[in-house]
Amino acid sequence: MKMGKVTTLLAGLLATLGVATAASSAEITLLNVSYDPTRELYSDYNIAFAKYWQKKSGDRVTVKQSHGGAGKQARAVIDGLEADVVTLALAYDIDAIAEKGLIKPGWQKELPHNSSPYTSTIVFLVRKGNPKQVRNWDDLVKPGVSVITPNPKTSGGARWNYLAAWGFALHQKGGNEAKAREFVTKLFKNVPVLDSGARGSTNTFVQRGLGDVLLAWENEAFLAINELGPDKFEIVTPPESILAEPPVTVIDKVVDKRGTRKVAEEYLKYLYSDEGQKIAARHYYRPINAKIPTKLAKIKKFYTIDKDFGGWRSAQKIHFADGGVFDQIVGAGGRK
Amino acid sequence: MSSTTENHTARHNGIRTVGEPAIVRWLLTAVAMAFLALFLALPLAAVFSQAFEKGWQTYLAALKEPDTLAAVKLTLLTAAVAVPFNLAFGVVASWAIAKFSFPGKNLLITLIDLPFSVSPVISGLIYVLIFGRQGWLGPWLEAHDLKIIFAVPGIILATVFVTFPFIARELIPLMESQGKDEEEAAIVLGASGLQTFFRVTLPNIRWGIIYGVILCNARAMGEFGAVSVVSGHIRGMTNTVPLQVEILYNEYNYTAAFAVASLLALLALVTLVVKSVAEWNVRRQMKSQERG
Amino acid sequence: MGPMRVMKILKCTKSVLPGFGPTMGYTLLYLSLVVLIPLSALLLKAAGLSWGEFLGAVAAPRVLASYRVTFGAALAAAGINAVFGVLVAWVLVRYPFPGKRLVDALVDLPFALPTAVAGITLATVYSANGWVGRHLEPHGIKVAFTPLGIVVAMTFIGLPFVVRTVQPVIEELDAEIEEAAACLGASRWQTFRRVLFPLLAPSVLTGFALAFARGVGEYGSIIFIAGNMPMVSEITPLIIITKLEQYDYAGATAVATVMLVASFVMLLVINMLQKWSRRYAE
Repeated sequence: MKMGKVTTLLAGLLATLGVATAASSAEITLLNVSYDPTRELYSDYNIAFAKYWQKKSGDRVTVKQSHGGAGKQARAVIDGLEADVVTLALAYDIDAIAEKGLIKPGWQKELPHNSSPYTSTIVFLVRKGNPKQVRNWDDLVKPGVSVITPNPKTSGGARWNYLAAWGFALHQKGGNEAKAREFVTKLFKNVPVLDSGARGSTNTFVQRGLGDVLLAWENEAFLAINELGPDKFEIVTPPESILAEPPVTVIDKVVDKRGTRKVAEEYLKYLYSDEGQKIAARHYYRPINAKIPTKLAKIKKFYTIDKDFGGWRSAQKIHFADGGVFDQIVGAGGRK
Repeated sequence: MSSTTENHTARHNGIRTVGEPAIVRWLLTAVAMAFLALFLALPLAAVFSQAFEKGWQTYLAALKEPDTLAAVKLTLLTAAVAVPFNLAFGVVASWAIAKFSFPGKNLLITLIDLPFSVSPVISGLIYVLIFGRQGWLGPWLEAHDLKIIFAVPGIILATVFVTFPFIARELIPLMESQGKDEEEAAIVLGASGLQTFFRVTLPNIRWGIIYGVILCNARAMGEFGAVSVVSGHIRGMTNTVPLQVEILYNEYNYTAAFAVASLLALLALVTLVVKSVAEWNVRRQMKSQERG
Repeated sequence: MGPMRVMKILKCTKSVLPGFGPTMGYTLLYLSLVVLIPLSALLLKAAGLSWGEFLGAVAAPRVLASYRVTFGAALAAAGINAVFGVLVAWVLVRYPFPGKRLVDALVDLPFALPTAVAGITLATVYSANGWVGRHLEPHGIKVAFTPLGIVVAMTFIGLPFVVRTVQPVIEELDAEIEEAAACLGASRWQTFRRVLFPLLAPSVLTGFALAFARGVGEYGSIIFIAGNMPMVSEITPLIIITKLEQYDYAGATAVATVMLVASFVMLLVINMLQKWSRRYAE
């Protein structure tokens, strides 16, 4: 009898609490699971979006961030990290999430420009004065030039580095797959350390003073210069490089479950607005809206993953899978 | 029993009739200190030198940052749950193992040791394989909207796993070396099992327990690899102090990273100094009792 | 020896102490929940592979090279720790010197310092522009970003295991034994080698094994200092991470299984050796 009363009381209490939370549902949280180099971008963008959204809908939205290596982040989402949106380095990693049924197929067509609201590319960070006179990709394979890049097996950024070098060799006069392979093999002979992630490599280059050139995301190179001293490093933008398109998408299964689809979709769409594009440009991403001014140097020729490598799935399988070209290169490199 | 008492008396009275010549002592001490300096003191000094590179103000500011405070809270919570669990296990297991004989004892001890040697990478992974969306319990957990990994419970589980052997490992050899004569005497004289444990065994293993707890706690607060796999890295929510250090470091915020790291180093030093002071006090107490 | 042992076993099983059932039950339950069931998840996942696939994952040249690097470096580090750890424990117990308590506390630093911080710090200290590396570089000794760096990191994380297992045993050493040896005309070195060392050996062995096992599994501190070059300075835990990056859970668990079994066998052998040597000492 007594127990029954207590239970009713508790139930009543819980019900009131439930009502209370339902009434104040204007407090929304989203989780954006992203890769490493977007930390600064999204910490700015989240504030801007919250302002915009409050003005538009009256709801207060807080966007929580999670950053890490792209592959690791995608895996966390697959294994149950409840991300409303993912903003990763490669479509390949988002495809992996889609394969598990968390995202509807054809996600990359949902938003304009392959669902990539900004692009980036790979550039060279060199020591002040560019003592080794590195201007273009072929300077990287010269003897005595030490190149720092993360490991393509564990870092999404490093895969772009690798493919950019491959693309360069492919597009030279008389370039073909065999020549490209030879070129990349030579390049990796000049690599003394393979960190597991992009920021690890930057730290090796900057803090440990190792290497003459750091292959880096364009925005990472600028960030490193701003944070660590413009007097110590400079950026060399090669005349040709690869066009990196980091895509974004909503995780359908999560937003439907949490009832956050509307705000999550708006969150991504706002990236395409003038304000969103300006924030991307401010953080040294290349805005896709040509009207937004950018200080980034022009690149004459861009290689793309779809045209030159047949898409991520094929590039991954040929180059980066176990026993793939990269494994053969470093294994056959006979490094001692 | 009698031999250990004599040994204790001999040590407490400082009687030592044999020993190395002064020059050998001096040399050995110097070599040992040089080794420790190279492998421990220098890295420690490097942590503090980087932490204070930009002065006290920056140091304190780094510690007051909200995400850092959240990380500290989470780390304290994790240790506060994980350590008592492993303490209870350590005491119970060492009683069963040290006071009784049974077949398969070696196997059991080895299994208890196992988490020491399991790579942190693996210790995180196993929980993903069980509680992850694709794991054994994943669909059930999802249906009931329960979150284990990428949430606090997962972090605690991984920490419990990693620090699992510390207390048991400290107590088993200690209790084995003490034998069971005292407990048997107590039982024969009519004490109950629990009385025997609390009045006879516990006072004997007190230091082992404190020591084990300190190590377990230090490791619980410092664990990086396993926690990193199950954390999800949500800022201000599922980042522990070691993860926060990595984040800060990766944001090129070296001073803040080392400032937060120095908290953990300080924690280690302070608890251990406290421990040895307490130990010293107890010894003194014992000595005065012996004299009285 | 035979009848004595039987007597001993009989005496042990007929213990007057209570509580074996419940304590053993709890021990097994907790052990199963926290360690055995989770680890079996790993083994089962790996068991999903066919033999060919399993071998392909665990015996690829790159993986084999990583075993060499990992186990070799762990062996070297545990060896260094066995020698210097015993020395440190001896000095800490036997010789008075100023600041001893602080030094004693310092030994546990590697337990408490997050492994990532340890790795970053060691890389800072031992890289070519670091406090120590700066003085080694002119002599052609490169530590950071070479296999030597892996040994340094493993030595760092393994040190407390040796010191903390040997230290209590030295504390418990009976002074009478040494006195007796001295009275019988043994030199100090002879006493150490013939009398003390056999007494210390089991604990040194345990410390060695724990340091070794811990070194084999270590990840966080090593990746910062290793250089991670395939075939040269890539450790096995990194291989596991690499496989996970390719969403190859089964391959990752296969390599993890190999590591797990190796550690388990190693620990088991050491625990048996220790028991045997204790019986022998009796």
